[in-house]
Amino acid sequence: MTSAADGAAGPTGGPPRNGPAVAVRGLVKRYGALVAVDGVDFEVRPGETFGFLGPNGAGKSTTINILCTLTRPTSGVATVAGHDVVRDRDEVRRNIGVVFQDPTLDGYLSAEQNLRFHAELYGVPRAVTADRLRQVLELVNLWDRRADLVGRFSGGMKRRLEIARGLLHSPRVLFLDEPTVGLDPQTRSAIWRYITQLKQTEDITIFLTTHYMEEAEYCDRIAIIDSGRIVVLDTPQALKASVGADRVQIATADDRAAMAALADRFGIAAAVHDGAVTLSVPSGREFIPRLFAELGVPIRSVSVSRPSLDDVFMSYTGSTIRDADEVSGSEWIRRMARR
Amino acid sequence: MAAGTVVGVRVPDRGLRRDLRAVRVVLHRELIRYGRDRTRMISGLSQPILWLLVLGTGLSSLVSRSGPGVNLRTFMFPGVLVMSVMFTALFSAASIVWDREFGFLREMMVAPVGRTAILLGKCLGGAVVATLQGAFILILAGLAGVPYSPPLMATLLVEMFLTALMLTAFGLAIAARIKNMQAFMGVMQMAAMPMMFLSGALFPLANLPGWLTVLTRVNPLTYAVDPMRHAVFQRIAVAPPLRATLSPGVTWGGWRVPVPLELGAVMALTLGFLALAILQFRRAD
Repeated sequence: MTSAADGAAGPTGGPPRNGPAVAVRGLVKRYGALVAVDGVDFEVRPGETFGFLGPNGAGKSTTINILCTLTRPTSGVATVAGHDVVRDRDEVRRNIGVVFQDPTLDGYLSAEQNLRFHAELYGVPRAVTADRLRQVLELVNLWDRRADLVGRFSGGMKRRLEIARGLLHSPRVLFLDEPTVGLDPQTRSAIWRYITQLKQTEDITIFLTTHYMEEAEYCDRIAIIDSGRIVVLDTPQALKASVGADRVQIATADDRAAMAALADRFGIAAAVHDGAVTLSVPSGREFIPRLFAELGVPIRSVSVSRPSLDDVFMSYTGSTIRDADEVSGSEWIRRMARR
Repeated sequence: MAAGTVVGVRVPDRGLRRDLRAVRVVLHRELIRYGRDRTRMISGLSQPILWLLVLGTGLSSLVSRSGPGVNLRTFMFPGVLVMSVMFTALFSAASIVWDREFGFLREMMVAPVGRTAILLGKCLGGAVVATLQGAFILILAGLAGVPYSPPLMATLLVEMFLTALMLTAFGLAIAARIKNMQAFMGVMQMAAMPMMFLSGALFPLANLPGWLTVLTRVNPLTYAVDPMRHAVFQRIAVAPPLRATLSPGVTWGGWRVPVPLELGAVMALTLGFLALAILQFRRAD
């Protein structure tokens, strides 16, 4: 068994690499009366970073568990790297790396021992183990800490080590289930730096779940999932464009006159939000000069904001993701899903 | 990154060699964890030493008056070896419940290796650790009047290992589907004490009332204690009648079960428990 010196070497056999990295059709998972995943279809292209965005209990973790062969679907078909997740579990397992939501490291072992355990378990050829180990540890900046016991690591370090471990056997698809949950903002952005970096060095598809809107921006495409169904699936840019309008807020000397003028001269219905006249227009950049020229009411300040993914989520699900997170019972659903 | 090229890794096909590597690394991890856990090592030693030195010595004052002969500690020594092996082995089996609680089990479950390989590694790891723990007690043989003869030591080590395998497999069969540590410990307490009391570790299994005879004969541990006591009594000078009293062997309706058959029973039970554990574990998968 020889090692390939370049990242293009795929695992043995199997379907060609240009097929979808993940393909899911009509996936359903029921736990008794509860439907965790309710007929989901999507495809993940090779090499892309694909995000599952949704509140807790939306079915994200259940979907990942099915794709990782740890949970059997009630119905539907899913393939990962071309292999069926029910029939070819072993083939799927060889081709994936997983970072679970909850840590799965052995705190009594050192960082290096945790990785060596993984390498042996996956049968990584001994000739390349040392090099590959160093490579993944350097990628997440833990090479200097390799001899330390993992039990003494911070949450962020543990997550980084798990990412390194998930990459160790050069999987074709890396699953990251809420890779930054429970971490402070600084650590979260560091984790994203590592993920972006690994995309440059590894030939890999990333499938991740998150309920942080701002993190969905790192994805090539995102699927918004709510109550077990995919509500919409597209690139973050297209999704934002689909919501359409930019939001313009102006502070004027006379808000009532300004609103009347907007209705008269521009045919725009404006309202007062947060103490400012707020209106929606297709393109804020082009609208502002006209506004100044034609409004006829002195303007003290103006702000334009592009639609955020929060707006996208709001427009497709009717609630903000934070509200949805607080829906009662979601924690219970999550626990069910983890079984 | 310092290195320019990415080291690509090919995960080889499943096969015996891959599974053996998995067995070995799971075993290795158990050893590393045991080595790191001094408290477990020491606490595991304290109980058998208490039995041997305090109880053994205390009770022998009662016995020695009834006639000259063997120190009671000598009689108890094999029993104490088995006890120490038992507690360590059952505790080792608990590691699978720990792994489940602390998430590490998922790391193993999502890997492309057979569930059998994972359980075999756990079983061997637990057995090696338990045998090591027993070996520490073996060092105290002199205090119990047991000679340090190399063949005897070797025999006892092998028999301890077989015992440890059986008990770890037994523990795994129970642990395979238990999801939290408290529940496991409860079940273990319930199983361990009767097993010990009914095994002949503490009293000879002859001239017992019928019901007790039956209970001792269906206890797997009985067939682990007797070969070890037999080995010890073969190596010490003792009058035949006393030997017959203290090491009467295990009888099935008057027929004395030979040591090889006893050891065979231990191995058969090991396979049975292991099969049960694998079955349970697969079903939980």
